[in-house]
Amino acid sequence: MSHWVKYDPSRGTLDPDGDGRSWQGPAGRGRAAMRGLLIFLLPLASMFALVISAYMMRRHVGDWQPIPLPWQVWLSTVLLVGSSIAFEVARRAAALGHIHDIRRGLLGTGVLAVAFLGSQLWAWFHLQEQGYYLAANPANSFFYLMSGLHGLHLIAGLVAWSKTRSALTGGADVASVQLYVQLCAIYWHFLLVVWLLLFGVLFWVS
Amino acid sequence: MVTVASADAHEHHEPQSFITKYVWSQDHKVIAIQYSLTAIAVGLVALVLSGLMRIQLGFPDSGLVDASSYYQFMTLHGMIMVIYLLTALFLGGFGNYLIPLMVGARDMVFPYLNMLSYWFYLVSVLVLMASFFVPDGPTGAGWTLYPPQAITGGTPGADWGILTMLLSLAIFIVAATMGSLNYVTTVLQARTKGMTLMRMPLTVWGIFVASIMALLAFPALFVAAVMMMLDATMGTSFFMPAIIAMGQQLPHEGGSPLLFQHLFWFFGHPEVYIVALPAFGLVSDLISTHARKNIFGYHMMVWAIVIIGGLSFFVWAHHMYVSGMNLSFGFFFAISTLVIAVPTAIKVYNWILTLWKGDIHLTVPMLYAIGFVVTFVVGGLTGLFLGNVIVDIPLADTYFVVAHFHMVMGVAPILVVFGGIHHWFPKVTGRMMNDTLGRLHFWITFLGTYVIFFPMHYLGVLGMPRRYFDYDYEFIPQSALDLNTFITIVALVVAAAQILFLYNMIWSAFRGRPSGGNPWGATSLEWQTPQTPPGHGNWGPAVPEVHRWAYDYNVPGASADFVPQTEPQRGPSQGHGHGPEQPGEKGHS
Repeated sequence: MSHWVKYDPSRGTLDPDGDGRSWQGPAGRGRAAMRGLLIFLLPLASMFALVISAYMMRRHVGDWQPIPLPWQVWLSTVLLVGSSIAFEVARRAAALGHIHDIRRGLLGTGVLAVAFLGSQLWAWFHLQEQGYYLAANPANSFFYLMSGLHGLHLIAGLVAWSKTRSALTGGADVASVQLYVQLCAIYWHFLLVVWLLLFGVLFWVS
Repeated sequence: MVTVASADAHEHHEPQSFITKYVWSQDHKVIAIQYSLTAIAVGLVALVLSGLMRIQLGFPDSGLVDASSYYQFMTLHGMIMVIYLLTALFLGGFGNYLIPLMVGARDMVFPYLNMLSYWFYLVSVLVLMASFFVPDGPTGAGWTLYPPQAITGGTPGADWGILTMLLSLAIFIVAATMGSLNYVTTVLQARTKGMTLMRMPLTVWGIFVASIMALLAFPALFVAAVMMMLDATMGTSFFMPAIIAMGQQLPHEGGSPLLFQHLFWFFGHPEVYIVALPAFGLVSDLISTHARKNIFGYHMMVWAIVIIGGLSFFVWAHHMYVSGMNLSFGFFFAISTLVIAVPTAIKVYNWILTLWKGDIHLTVPMLYAIGFVVTFVVGGLTGLFLGNVIVDIPLADTYFVVAHFHMVMGVAPILVVFGGIHHWFPKVTGRMMNDTLGRLHFWITFLGTYVIFFPMHYLGVLGMPRRYFDYDYEFIPQSALDLNTFITIVALVVAAAQILFLYNMIWSAFRGRPSGGNPWGATSLEWQTPQTPPGHGNWGPAVPEVHRWAYDYNVPGASADFVPQTEPQRGPSQGHGHGPEQPGEKGHS
């Protein structure tokens, strides 16, 4: 996928998709939204990368005591992977235009995502019970910060998810449903990758 | 071509009521004006604050400002000028107005997001202003907000002040992210037929690259703000080391103030170029238009912008030479800092070579543009001094640094702001700004800022420390104190002279001489709109088609001294014609 409008001296301006067709005017809303989303992932990636680098720098100070990861985060990782898979199912169904399968996929996604958030909260309560409070140690602070920031972004994703669902139940045209599902699926997979990275850092680098 | 227009025209219903047209507006031109007026208003607050600080420094016996207020004013002055004025004005103001018009789009690709961006910005400004009214007033931690002092008792506003500041910054970052997302996507996605990237005016290039940088750099400030809020409210120790304050052990332990500095400057240095790159872009267009000559080395100019944008992410620690760091770190950052002077110098040479043998019209925008080039060189040269670790260490905490950054990122971009407003005012309002008032304002501001900031270099070399509320010390000679009084008087005069500009702007908006659609005889698309000010959807029934770059001034054989971008190339001879007509195809340097 090329982002650049090309210019050919003999044929004029070419379509950015690169099939050699000539330029048909500004792209439709779908492609703009897709690129908008991909560009939006830049600041998000930057933010999580900076949190991870702050983690790497901070852990060298003497008061750092590694936090024992509660078993619930394994559960939530599985739930999030499942949620992402369900979204992928919905995305493929959307591409084929199978409305019924989209609905099922979306439902699965939503349930699993909410379960993920619940499982993260469970992990927080579990840590609280054992005395691993937010301010007790920087390792704890980073655990709460990382999982909290990630969870907030998933909640924002659920807002977009509910919009997709209401578009589907409200009988929006197939093209916009396909677009919404595709955009949300990319965001979901992105958040899954972020969580796996955060989890990997918390697990191996402590 | 008309079918192209009608295909996307149906998305742009013209709003009818006053509220939807001017308040909850999704039109990029209205949002640009909202952004600009808000930024100028909050900038005036910062200007008044600097006046109050200068009164304290010039007349320490006046008793107008006490030590706490001085630090609060200093903090707010810096923060407002850098972020809430310059960043918002260049990206939200000029970016919003010019990007769709210059690339031939009907609006931003996400108009609703654009509207949200402004309202988030307004809320961030209101939260910041609210900090004047919280208990103990705004934070006095300095605009860099370094912990531990920012959130430790004894610093003014260490409770509520710092929290409102951090909250306001977080909201601003959300606003800037929404805005930048729009600018980048619009440039990539909504250019009109024939507008290749290498035909875009340099203004668009500057704002485009600055927006990408904003997307990558602001998250660092966001993360830092969130962590510091947790340190202040929840007792975490991200940044707070073990401290005994007032004989009591604070609940923090082991935190790293240096971590904050890294995060802050990872945002803070790109921020300098988020302000400077749009200024570079605007100034290139001003110089080319008013010198009636194509910009020298367009390709070089574009790549210099891109390279500066990239390099600026690898120089942040030059703000931290005195914070203590590994020697080879310092070496690396000194080298990268000095390397950035190369693309910057390329730009300066190209501006001068554009002026060379040009048909220079010394209009008000041109005066400001030339004023910028001179000021930027002066400020940039002292940057070369400070980029070296060994020179920086004795100078870092003196007025030399104050002089340096005010010249390079205070005065220089503000001159571009004035020049840009004078240049594009006719397009925004359909009326010219008053020339005599403009010239008067230019000379007072330009010469005045030199009289203010030149002596500060000397004060810095003399060893006068910065960030001091009072200079009642043995080692400060009387001459330095006299110079401070002199600077204060000039600063107050220059500040008062800004009324000329405000008056000119307001008066001209209603009573100025009608300008017509293209008063400067400029080539780029925004001057070719069917209506001035451009109507909703900008282009009437059909979006324009672009056939050439934006710098065809004084083309041999052309009937006028400029050829608009919409003018088709003549005949099939284009392949071996003048270099400048085909900038997208081959280098012509």
